[in-house]
Amino acid sequence: MKPEKALIFELSKPGRIAYSLPECDVPALAAEELLPAELLRKQPAELPEVFEVDVIRHYTELSRRNFGVDNGFYPLGSCTMKYNPKINEDTARFPGFAKIHPYQPEESIQGALELLYTLQNDLAALTGMDQVTLQPAAGAHGEWTGLMLIRAYHESRGEARTKVIVPDSSHGTNPASATVAGFDTVTIKSDARGMVDLDALRAAVSEDTAALMLTNPSTLGLFEEQIVEIAAIVHAAGGLLYYDGANSNAIMGIACPGDMGFDVVHLNLHKTMSTPHGGGGPGAGPVGVKSLLVPFLPKPVVSKREDGTFYWDTDRPESIGRVKAFYGNFGILVRAYTYIRTYGPEGLRRVSELAVLNANYMMHRLAPYYEVAYPGLCKHEFVLSGKRLKAYGVRTLDVAKRLLDFGYHPPTIYFPLNVEECMMIEPTETESKETLDGFIDTMIQIAQEAEQTPELVLNAPYTTVVNRLDETTAARKPVLNCTCG
Amino acid sequence: MYKHRYLPMTEQDQAEMLAAVNASSIEELFADIPAAVRYDGILPMSGQLDEPALLRHMRELSDKNADFDRYTSFLGAGLYDHHIPVVINHMLSRSEFYTAYTPYQPEISQGELQAIFEFQSYICELTGMKVANASMYDGATALAEAAALASGATKRKQIIVSRAVHPEAREILLTSARGLNLEVVEIGYQNGVTDVDALQAAITENTAAVLLQSPNFFGCIENIRAIEPLVHASKALLVVSANPITLGLLESPGALGADIVVGDAQPLGIPASLGGPTCGFFAVSEPLMRRIPGRIVGQTVDKDGKRGFVLTLQAREQHIRREKATSNICSNQALLALCASIYMSVLGKAGMQEVGLLNARKAHYTASVAANGPLSLAFSAPFFNEFVLKLPDSADLAAVSAKLLQAGYIGGYNLGDAYPELKNHMLIAVTERRTKEEINAFIRELEACV
Repeated sequence: MKPEKALIFELSKPGRIAYSLPECDVPALAAEELLPAELLRKQPAELPEVFEVDVIRHYTELSRRNFGVDNGFYPLGSCTMKYNPKINEDTARFPGFAKIHPYQPEESIQGALELLYTLQNDLAALTGMDQVTLQPAAGAHGEWTGLMLIRAYHESRGEARTKVIVPDSSHGTNPASATVAGFDTVTIKSDARGMVDLDALRAAVSEDTAALMLTNPSTLGLFEEQIVEIAAIVHAAGGLLYYDGANSNAIMGIACPGDMGFDVVHLNLHKTMSTPHGGGGPGAGPVGVKSLLVPFLPKPVVSKREDGTFYWDTDRPESIGRVKAFYGNFGILVRAYTYIRTYGPEGLRRVSELAVLNANYMMHRLAPYYEVAYPGLCKHEFVLSGKRLKAYGVRTLDVAKRLLDFGYHPPTIYFPLNVEECMMIEPTETESKETLDGFIDTMIQIAQEAEQTPELVLNAPYTTVVNRLDETTAARKPVLNCTCG
Repeated sequence: MYKHRYLPMTEQDQAEMLAAVNASSIEELFADIPAAVRYDGILPMSGQLDEPALLRHMRELSDKNADFDRYTSFLGAGLYDHHIPVVINHMLSRSEFYTAYTPYQPEISQGELQAIFEFQSYICELTGMKVANASMYDGATALAEAAALASGATKRKQIIVSRAVHPEAREILLTSARGLNLEVVEIGYQNGVTDVDALQAAITENTAAVLLQSPNFFGCIENIRAIEPLVHASKALLVVSANPITLGLLESPGALGADIVVGDAQPLGIPASLGGPTCGFFAVSEPLMRRIPGRIVGQTVDKDGKRGFVLTLQAREQHIRREKATSNICSNQALLALCASIYMSVLGKAGMQEVGLLNARKAHYTASVAANGPLSLAFSAPFFNEFVLKLPDSADLAAVSAKLLQAGYIGGYNLGDAYPELKNHMLIAVTERRTKEEINAFIRELEACV
């Protein structure tokens, strides 16, 4: 195993520098001549003093202690860890995209506005919606934006609807976003097949229902076969349908949320549209709406004049206002647009077909060894239960840790909450049959190890820079930085 | 069969895999989707381009924009043209960082976790606060989250915000306040800084927080020393939005008594990129630690006692707490927090002081040159690297900006857009990148335009 890695602060030696700043070609006044002394810092910030090679070696070593899609298979369910194309990284760094300011005169950013306008339209077509805002910075941000739109819609009709319905398999952000948007959450149970229970839904809707939030395919990887009936029940009660687009990689060009009856949808461009997850961000969570919600969209919206020029449309009196500084995560939007153009609509449909084929193939091959939570067809992902291994004292967490020794990122574990000891596996379309087979064989081997030599699994991992970490102490006696406290 | 460089499926693979799942076609795998909602056509989207054509198309779109390489920018207003050290892009391009997800498996994510731990340490040191999180979407949404935290911590519903706070941050605050049923009260400014008398009169026993920005939107440095006792006398929280590149030079908000310090790390090596993605930071005093939104990394040990890092205090978060979470945020801007960390590592103790001083010197020089002709300084309050110029009443700022553009400059921000009373006022930002020649020529051009 590798030794501990020093913090950058621990590499510091007084007198070293790693910067090269422009010379001062204006009068070199002292700080006290520029500003009142009481505004100036009394103690310099104790930042490290290192030279450039220290910086390079430090962050290079940190990168070597990290695992990304470029390192290997990453079947993290509901996260769509597909390949992050390199051309996206190059185009986002073009100076005309990376070095521009949103407050520049509109005539000086026409290329950027054209890109945004085109992407708005492409995503509207993909989701079957009438208009798209690109402002939200992430999926959860999109959820909150969409719920604020729904709230504004009901309020504009003089209705104070207070409740948002979510299935028990929903992403944790759904109820959390509902709370932040000022709604109460009603959770309904799934039926025996993992689908929305129509009777439970009928019992839950009322004149208080603002919306139903649904992920389709669900977090179980199942398509809600009764989506038309679900939409009818919610709409009949006066509520709207919110589509959590986290799982859109299963249905591009095959089914549009707009045709299923959804009124609002968010997409996660960092999932479906291949933009890199960046170790936890930045992402982008555009929101599409049907025409009834268009007046409430966050401002500005990018619009096109008859003369073909593009502009920020801020004259939107019914808008919910602004949800993000400037206009969202433009650099991510450039990557997503680049990605769309590498495929076009027929290519994107093929992406979804192969994501679904890969998932079904893995599910079938793993079914004899791990219980499939909801057998049948799956879409882009599926959920296994490791509860059979509990007889040997082995839990799903242990299986995940053992996978690390074989060079795989484990699946999502212990989510969704309604499947015991679960593993949620999403292969994506950018993995080969050889890669899938290698992972499947390893999962089978680990199941055998759990039966025959459970301690081998229980003490994993063996090959990583640290082994299992004490998370309890971390939370009970928090050490959250090295500079104070 | 459709072939694509990102897709490994061969006809043989597909046949074998379909056989394994007892299907005769891929179409059968979609039999669960009702016919009524199936899409049969080809979506009306932008079409496929081969790699050379796509590069050409993107280059054409890029070239239609006036970028900072080809134009000299004096535009700031929350987003700045600072020098980005060359090493940053090399390190950010390590795909072990950028192609990773959130570090949920700490054993294979120690690099990211340690990088965030170091980011938290940097932010605490600069802001003078005890606890910082792993980052937020941006500075403006971080400010709205601070208001939400303050309301929860004080059980009060009124938020007071200075009109000298960034207009977009105030717009976002208003949007989110509607969701949380908070009352937002705006306080005016005098001579470029928050009107302390008006603020004192507005604070009540229902005030959860007072939100300031320093340097504020006009570039002026707020008198936090005078405001802090007023806020704390009513047991409200003091929230300060700070520009991190000022904090090598200016006193930290923590030392001045702030309870929450937020801001945007864009000045620390992050490209302007039409305003995003940037990186918000969020730091609090110790009593507020368990109320902080977003992700946090903590230090711990493994079974052998070796130091390691994990995501911690997760009991606050949505995937555990669902509707009772402190926030719905389940991501951060990890890659850009890394970017800011590398910037601070490069600049270090001496560089952060020097870059602050350089900005202040160049901006003050610009102000002294500008104030000699038809232009004048609108405010006399102390400023860092941004200040407000008053143009003659006859000046049409949109036309001025257009003329400046023709002359090769991206001019300042037209304050009349957000402050009707500041028609004919331009907010000028001067970073360390501007040379004396550029400054002199720009002011001459600006004078000629009016």
